[in-house]
Amino acid sequence: MDFVFVQLLTGLSSAAALFLVASGLTIIFGVTRVVNFAHGSLCMLGAYIGWSVLRLLPRDPSGFVFGVLLAAAATGAIGLAIEIGLLRRVYRAPELLQLLLTFAVLLILQDVTQMVWGAADLTLPRPLWLRAFVRIGDARIARYDLYPIAIGPLVLGLLWLLMRRTRFGMLVRAATENRQMVAALGVNEKILFSAVFALGAALAGLGGALSLPGGSANLQIDLSVVVEAFVVVVVGGMGSLPGAFLASVLIGVLQAFGIVLLPKITLVLVFSVMALVLAIRPQGLFGRRAASAAPAEVFTLIRPASAAVKWFGLAALIVAAVAPFFVGPYWVSVLTEAAISVLFAASLHFAMGPGGMPSFGHAAWFGIGAYAAGLGLRIFALPMEAGMALAPLAAGLVAALFAACVVRLSGVYLAMLTLALAQIVWAGASQLVDLTGGDNGILGVRPAAWATNPKVFYWLALALCVGAALVLRGVLFAPFGYALRAARDRPLRAEAIGLDAVRLRLVALTISGAAAGLSGGVFAYAKGSVFPTYIAVGKSVDALLMVLLGGVQTMAGPIVGAIAYTGLFDALLLATDFWRLALGLLIVVLVLVFPSGIAGMAGRLR
Amino acid sequence: MTISRRNVLAGSAIALARSGVALSPAQAQGNAPIRIGEINSYTAIPAFTLPYRNGWQLAVEQVNAAGGVLGRPIEVISRDDAGKPQEAIRLAGELLGEQKVDLLSGGYLSNVGLAIADYALAQKRLFVASEPLTDALVWSAGNRYTFRLRPSTYMQAAMLVEEAQKLPAKTWVTVAPNYEYGQSAVKWFKQLLLAKRPDVTFIGEQWPALGKIDAGATVQALAQAKPDAILNITFGADLTQFVRAGNTAGLFEGRAVVSMLTGEPEYLEPLDDETPTGWIVTGYPRDTLNTKANTDFVTAYRARFNAAPMMGSVVGYAMIRAIVAGIAKTGSVDTEKMVDGFKDAAFDTPFGPAYFRAIDHQSTLGTFVGRTGTKAGSHGTHGEMVDWHYADGANYLPDDATVRKLRPAAD
Repeated sequence: MDFVFVQLLTGLSSAAALFLVASGLTIIFGVTRVVNFAHGSLCMLGAYIGWSVLRLLPRDPSGFVFGVLLAAAATGAIGLAIEIGLLRRVYRAPELLQLLLTFAVLLILQDVTQMVWGAADLTLPRPLWLRAFVRIGDARIARYDLYPIAIGPLVLGLLWLLMRRTRFGMLVRAATENRQMVAALGVNEKILFSAVFALGAALAGLGGALSLPGGSANLQIDLSVVVEAFVVVVVGGMGSLPGAFLASVLIGVLQAFGIVLLPKITLVLVFSVMALVLAIRPQGLFGRRAASAAPAEVFTLIRPASAAVKWFGLAALIVAAVAPFFVGPYWVSVLTEAAISVLFAASLHFAMGPGGMPSFGHAAWFGIGAYAAGLGLRIFALPMEAGMALAPLAAGLVAALFAACVVRLSGVYLAMLTLALAQIVWAGASQLVDLTGGDNGILGVRPAAWATNPKVFYWLALALCVGAALVLRGVLFAPFGYALRAARDRPLRAEAIGLDAVRLRLVALTISGAAAGLSGGVFAYAKGSVFPTYIAVGKSVDALLMVLLGGVQTMAGPIVGAIAYTGLFDALLLATDFWRLALGLLIVVLVLVFPSGIAGMAGRLR
Repeated sequence: MTISRRNVLAGSAIALARSGVALSPAQAQGNAPIRIGEINSYTAIPAFTLPYRNGWQLAVEQVNAAGGVLGRPIEVISRDDAGKPQEAIRLAGELLGEQKVDLLSGGYLSNVGLAIADYALAQKRLFVASEPLTDALVWSAGNRYTFRLRPSTYMQAAMLVEEAQKLPAKTWVTVAPNYEYGQSAVKWFKQLLLAKRPDVTFIGEQWPALGKIDAGATVQALAQAKPDAILNITFGADLTQFVRAGNTAGLFEGRAVVSMLTGEPEYLEPLDDETPTGWIVTGYPRDTLNTKANTDFVTAYRARFNAAPMMGSVVGYAMIRAIVAGIAKTGSVDTEKMVDGFKDAAFDTPFGPAYFRAIDHQSTLGTFVGRTGTKAGSHGTHGEMVDWHYADGANYLPDDATVRKLRPAAD
């Protein structure tokens, strides 16, 4: 019994730590609609700043509290600078573009943090009062771990008071409901947004600084925190503080007991919880159903490309086809990857642009395709041709099953469920060691004899990937594509004329998944091996970046974006140790200069 | 030929040019540098790989100052794989195709190492893996073109079991990061310990996700099992959290702890004054290892980088020493000749001499096994390794028949 109580307390303690970070994320989203990918980075900065400050202060409780608050304030100031310098400029742009910008901030802060504080983990010596414990039966539980159990509800209460009982809070809530109206009434909504973002950043910084006595300031905090905080925010209902609190408690406590009962499932536990909650309550625990207060985006109707664009495309294809005669084997492999990226990005664009179904886990389909090819070879000794055929079939099948469960969800909740699926597939790939080879992957996935020559394989990849991308494009200009776009733009009118929106979306997700699966299958043979990293969050983010960089609302966008992003990434990785900084800065420039993506901008210039 | 060799060793470029007519094709490249392609996770794992880079840079400078190898200087062309095997493969292609390197080397993550090894097999080019610990690299996925420097997970587990079997402990729990390194370390430790001590039972296990340990709950779950001893495989930020939570909860009091890699400075130093004493660990007792090989290395490293070397530094340094020795023994940078020449090639490291085994291409470089202790310094108390001894890798590998069974590759 004591043990259950102790485990409950440790669960509540980590829940409170999670809540601090998640509360910041959720108020930022609630007010500004920005999905802040850099939130984990702010938490990491809080830890590093806290380390620098606390070293200089007396090690008594008052010095500690002062230092932690100082670190939170400094992180808030950094958040303010990010909001004013970057985010403020893109509030009118499509929502996901802000995500792209915050991702650039994440990249930049990774390098800047390492430059300022170095690569080694930084720890602070714990004075005796931080090592104190209380006894519960046989067990000893850190007194420091008990404070957060009080701090969590305290922060929740203070934020609630701020939002519900002050004029500031009233204005913020009004701005959440309708920005334009608040602005029209003479309120400077820019200051409101800045203040909220700074507050959210300060909460992240507070969470980071408070984690110091339990561990260290290190460079992995950003990514490990941000994904978990996302899950909490989505489970709680985006923008809801009590929801985030309840979700933190749910996840913290489940985690504490989960590792006792099933220690191997920690990798998927939180994502399974998220999937379950969203399956039952699609809007999250306390989320409001489809609060479409903001007017729906108005999309211009996209017609088939003009003759000039088609000629340009054909010329590019011819250049791509003859390129192997003029470049060495390395550049042939780069071109092969570019062709694969084009299909990968085009498949995401298919679901996300015309289908209106954004995805944070598109790598799931890519990975399923790659593993289908790899496992086909490993278990059934399938030849390459069969493996490449199996890849889209397997990914399409799983996508259809998945779509049948989630197709009624929309927007960011759907995106998060795809993330959950991708994480579960990833965990499966790395945990089912006997089947998949675990983290060591599947090696020796060699092309068939006739395609061993890198040039021949490139032509094969080009034919399959660009061919499939053109098919996707053809589908979008077929009646199906117009119907899909109609269901996205005007769901009620579309239904009134007899279009089955649910079925349209289901078919669209299936096609998208199958196409991504094909790109994964080709990738497996191009690389010669398959690893769980093909399904990692980073791979999904890559796809998202390509589409956003190219422009969601154009048909050429994903193609341009895929080539631009892989080209930039490959070149920067070769050119500099600080490629994350350089890539981040480049994305910032591209987003600020071309808010509708590269292809969108080119279209506007015409 | 002997004349030209001697001239080159004397560093006389003019004499080399004069005798150039008589040179064999390999030497006709004059003193153009031998190019070593190197790939590692510099941005993904900077805490290990930056000291590692310093280590190989120091070795390259020393080798070139002493006249290079085969009369040619060496040059390392280094690439960052961003922690992804798929990038590593592309960069390996770039190094071979564009940079025309003579061989590949590097790797930290096991999957990156395996990806490069598999690519090296497909391309029939030499790959000297430095850090990846997975046993698969030289055994189940071993191939003709891949050699590995560091002692594998199996070898480190065997070194720890040698000490662990002497403990009276009968009940054990394990805690390891939930990925390949953690899984195979626990598997080998259990298997080897049970072979020596059939009376031992493993009564609990924890598998925190790498980099995401829930330290409080993990520690309580381990304590609940009331084991006699604990095997820890976590490292880095996870280890720091685990140790702090364990200290507060009294998890380590009255229990034996066996812990892999914890004695390496990069993981021991962040533990600071919370370093638990008496843990049986593998690692690198940098400051108390007073052999000439080590003190020379530490002195040169400090002079060059104004910092103390880490385990990674030793790995980077030894990797270049091993490659240079292999090339010198081969007398050529032709891939097939090097693959044969690297077998049994002996080289010196800060830890002492080692060689690449012909049977599985694993080097016999060992590591140090000892206990953790604390030492009062000018900035407070620090952790250090005490009562250590060098465990030569050659003594901790299975017999040849077993190795042949584990390694399907013909050579």
